[in-house]
Parts: sequence; structure tokens; C-alpha cells
Amino acid sequence: MTDQFLFGVEVVLNGLMAGVLYALVALGFVLIFKASGIFNYAQGVMALFAALTLVGIMEGQVPFAHLINAIFGTEIHHFGWHVPALAAILLTMVLMVFFAWAVNHFVMRHLVNQEPIILFMATIGLAYFLEGVGDLMWGSEIKKLDVGLPQGASFWIEENTAFLGSENFFGFFIDQLDIVATLVAAVLVVALVAFAQYTKQGRAMRAVADDHQAALSVGISLNFIWVLVWSLAGFVALVAGIMWGAKSGVQFSLSLIALKALPVLMLGGFTSIPGAIVGGLIIGVGEKLFEFTIGPMIGGATENWFAYVLALLFLVFRPQGLFGEKIIERV
Amino acid sequence: MKDMADGYITEDGRKIGGVMMEMKNITLRFGGVVAIKDISFDIREGEIRAIIGPNGAGKSSMLNVISGFYHPQEGEVWFHGSKRPSMKPYQVAQQGIARTFQNIALFEGMTVLDNVMTGRLTHMKTNMLQQALWWGKAQAEETAQREKVEKIIDFLEIQHIRKTPVGRLPYGLKKRVELARALAAEPKLLLLDEPMAGMNVEEKEDMSRFILDVNDEFGTTIALIEHDMGVVMDLSDRVVVMDYGKKIGDGTPDEVRNNQDVIDAYLGVAHD
Repeated sequence: MTDQFLFGVEVVLNGLMAGVLYALVALGFVLIFKASGIFNYAQGVMALFAALTLVGIMEGQVPFAHLINAIFGTEIHHFGWHVPALAAILLTMVLMVFFAWAVNHFVMRHLVNQEPIILFMATIGLAYFLEGVGDLMWGSEIKKLDVGLPQGASFWIEENTAFLGSENFFGFFIDQLDIVATLVAAVLVVALVAFAQYTKQGRAMRAVADDHQAALSVGISLNFIWVLVWSLAGFVALVAGIMWGAKSGVQFSLSLIALKALPVLMLGGFTSIPGAIVGGLIIGVGEKLFEFTIGPMIGGATENWFAYVLALLFLVFRPQGLFGEKIIERV
Repeated sequence: MKDMADGYITEDGRKIGGVMMEMKNITLRFGGVVAIKDISFDIREGEIRAIIGPNGAGKSSMLNVISGFYHPQEGEVWFHGSKRPSMKPYQVAQQGIARTFQNIALFEGMTVLDNVMTGRLTHMKTNMLQQALWWGKAQAEETAQREKVEKIIDFLEIQHIRKTPVGRLPYGLKKRVELARALAAEPKLLLLDEPMAGMNVEEKEDMSRFILDVNDEFGTTIALIEHDMGVVMDLSDRVVVMDYGKKIGDGTPDEVRNNQDVIDAYLGVAHD
């Protein structure tokens, strides 16, 4: 095998891993869109907020420290303790459930039966609100997130694949964190699908997604289901936040990965959980492979726009995405 | 004989009990439009009660009041001897009142089996954590519920389409699946909004048979709205007649048939 080919394989592998992270964010979008028809612009910010909160709790940061200090003239920043990762993750999840409840109670509940564009605008507002609260609560500096996940190249894989090529090939370079992220994403997807398919709440969730009126008539509380769905989206956001945060630090540009999830959704379809995964993988592999093969010919930096151009092509030729329901208008 | 408070036995030997639901002076307005005007009637345990009337008479509005989709401005709803507070539709459903809709409201993307299973939701008692982890009782419960659902599927003769997504079914079968979902809740009171609308003669006969069988075998109290006078007269024990939001008749099919106001409402009246 030529080295060039092996490098190509490595690029594909790394693309798959990157795609998993895109898919994780896209998954959160799909959950809410399926159940309530709301395109939740705030999903990326939710991931950021969850990651910020997780770091804040682990480090024993005082929430709203700057605000408190400015008002009372105090100088407090830290409680002086450290919370173990697992406990902090649980606490963060509790906060995300509370956030889900608050979103439904103060915003979405009052917008039932409104046009999709109005709901969408509400989530834009939500995104900026949450970003502001995150800043005020935990500060805006870049933070290191370390929940004990393995990081750095997997030497085992490098050593055991080095024989494939010539002496210039040192084996596949794969980040351990990416492997963990892939495993976590796989478990998450299987769990979500099983929950939706086989449990009482999952069935109620699908029922609400299908027909509100009918759902009410069989005794399903819409408010309960919406809080449940936003909580699930919050959970997915937390997982995505942990993975992205561990990879590149918790910073406010994290909320911009939400934009990368858009092309993923256009490929996969807004209503399909498997679609989000496959869409994420295609974008991940596609942009890495494109950069590797075509990139050098046109000056590189293609990763910034490749996903969007691909999405644009899909919008023209297959607007419902790979797995989305075909839009049929009966006349 | 029919005024007896504790019930009576019908000619075909079914037992009709005391009053289960009572509507007292219900008035429902939409802005300036009065949909229902000061209507009172009751539904007895075990009976088939029909609400009939010309288009726009307010029949569906009345059914929506009973099932909690509309909230009347005036009047009281009494259920099992106590006044019902203002309730959301899902709370009414949890009280044991199931319904079908005039324009079928099924979960189109789900299979027939899944649709009927949603009817059992109010009967499933395991909590969310057990469900999420598929723990102990959750699994046993799902199996037990599944058995009940299979019985209803057999009863309504829809075994052959159990795994078919509802969206692909023809109209008549959809109506039957909707009935199955409502029945799965083992309701005390079953509300049917035009169960035979848009059906051909054969489908109507099937549906009539199912409604009678449900009432007979499960003892389910049924309140239904129907346009087809012939069907209503054959099926029901007592009939409420509405016109322009007002009640113009109430009694056995024979009484109603001979009521001059009802005849006028249906056949028109000469203006001289």
C-alpha cells in the first residue's frame, strides 16, 4: 500500500471522528424539531452553557461572581472546593432540566399554535439570553475542561498500524478523545432510539410529535412532554459540550458549532435521528477529504465553506435531506 | 319507566344505570357567536346516547365541552355525582373519558399497534426512571398492556394491519383504528364524533355493529354524534336534538321522531 493511500485512510478516519461531534449537536436539534416543530437556534448555546456550568461547578467557581462583587464591593471568586467530575455532571444535568422547565414555562407555553417563524425567533432570543447569562454567571475567559477523558494520540493504534506503509509512515494518528466521543455518541443514539421506541414516555413523545389534539385525547400532558424533550436536548447539549470542551477548551465560539450543525441537518433531514448521525459523518469525512485532495489545488482552507456548499447542493436537489420525510402537497 | 333514577332494563335486556354525566345549563360562546345556548341533558350509565342536529347546530362543540377541549362560559358539568372543575383535555382523558374526532386524529407516522398502545398510557403506572432504564416492572407492565391491546385489536378485526403505519390506511379503517385507540383506554364514557361520516353503507353497518358490541360486551357508556338519522334511531337509547345551539328535543328515538320541533328543524317549516 502506498503512503499516499494510507494518509487518505487516516484523513477519512479523522473525518469520521469529527463528524461524530457535528452529529452530537445536530441530534439536539432533531429531538426538539421532531417533537414540537421548533427549530431551536439555541442548541449550540445550550451546549456552551452546559460546558461552562460543568467547569464552573467542578472548579468551585462562585456563580455571578463579577456581578456580586460589583454590587457589594466584595472580592469573592471561588468557594475553595473542587467537585468530582461525575457529581458535577449530575448537578449540571439538574440545571439543564430546570432550564428546560423554565423555557417551557416562561416562553414556549405562551407561543403554542404560533407560526414556526415566531417560535424560531423566540429561540434566537433564547440563544442570546442564555449566552449573556452564561457570561454573567461564569465569566467569558476560555476555560479548560478536564473530566478525566483520555486525550492525545493513541500510541497503540500508531504502533500497530505503522507496518502498513514504508518507513515514512508512522501509523494512523487518532486522538483518543475522538474514540471516546464516538463510543459515547453511539451509546447515546442507541439509548435515545430505544427510549423513543419502547417506553411509555417515548411513545407519548412520538404521539405529541405526530398530532397534538390526538395526544391530548389519550391523556398526554403536552407541557410535560415539552419539558421532557427540552431536557433530553439539554442532556445531548451537555454531552456535546463536554466533548467539544475537552477537545478545544470551553469558549464562547463553541456556540458557533451550532452553525456547523445546520448543513448536517440539511443532509440528514430535520426529523431523523439516524439522519443526524449519517449527515454528521458525511460532512466530517467530506470536508476532511476535500481539504486533503482538492484543497492544495485551490489554496486550502476549504473546511470553512465545504459543508455549506454541500448543504446548498442538497437544498437544490433533495430538499428533504437523505432521511427526511418527503414533502408531498396533496391537491 | 324511563324516569326511574336508578336505571331500567331495555327491551333487548341491557341494564341502564343511574346518571353518570350531567350537563347543566351549558352556554358556550366564541366572541359574539353563541355556539351552545343554555343546554342541559344527562347521560346514564351503560346507555348509548346520541346527539343529533343539522349542520352547525353545536353538536361537536358540545362533545368538545364534555372532553375538555372547550370551556363553557356558563353552566356546570357533573361527572359521577360531583361537579367537575375546569379541566384540560388530558386530565379529562385521565378521568376515563375517551373520544374520537370528526376529522380523524390519529398518529399517522406510527403503526396501528403503537396507536392503540397510546390509548393505554393513562393505565401505565411505572415511573419515568423505571421506564428509562427498562427496569423490573416496566417490562412486565408493557407485556400486560400489550395483551389488552391485542384483545381490542382482535375485537375490532384489525389484526391484519397491526404493523401498518396508519398513514397508509384507507379512511374506513382509520376510523376503526381511532375507535380501537379510544377503547384501549377502557373508558367509562366513550365519545364518538360522527363515527360513520363519509362511509359507505357496508362500512356503516360494520361500524354500527362494533358500537353495539362495545356497549354490549364491555358495558361502555357511549355518547355519539351522527348525521345519519336512520343509524341514530337504530343505535341509541335516547337522543338529544340540537338546532342553532339550542336543545329542541330529548327522549327515546320514537319520542324524538314525533316531536314537531324536530320535524321542522330537519324538514324545514312553511313560512306563510
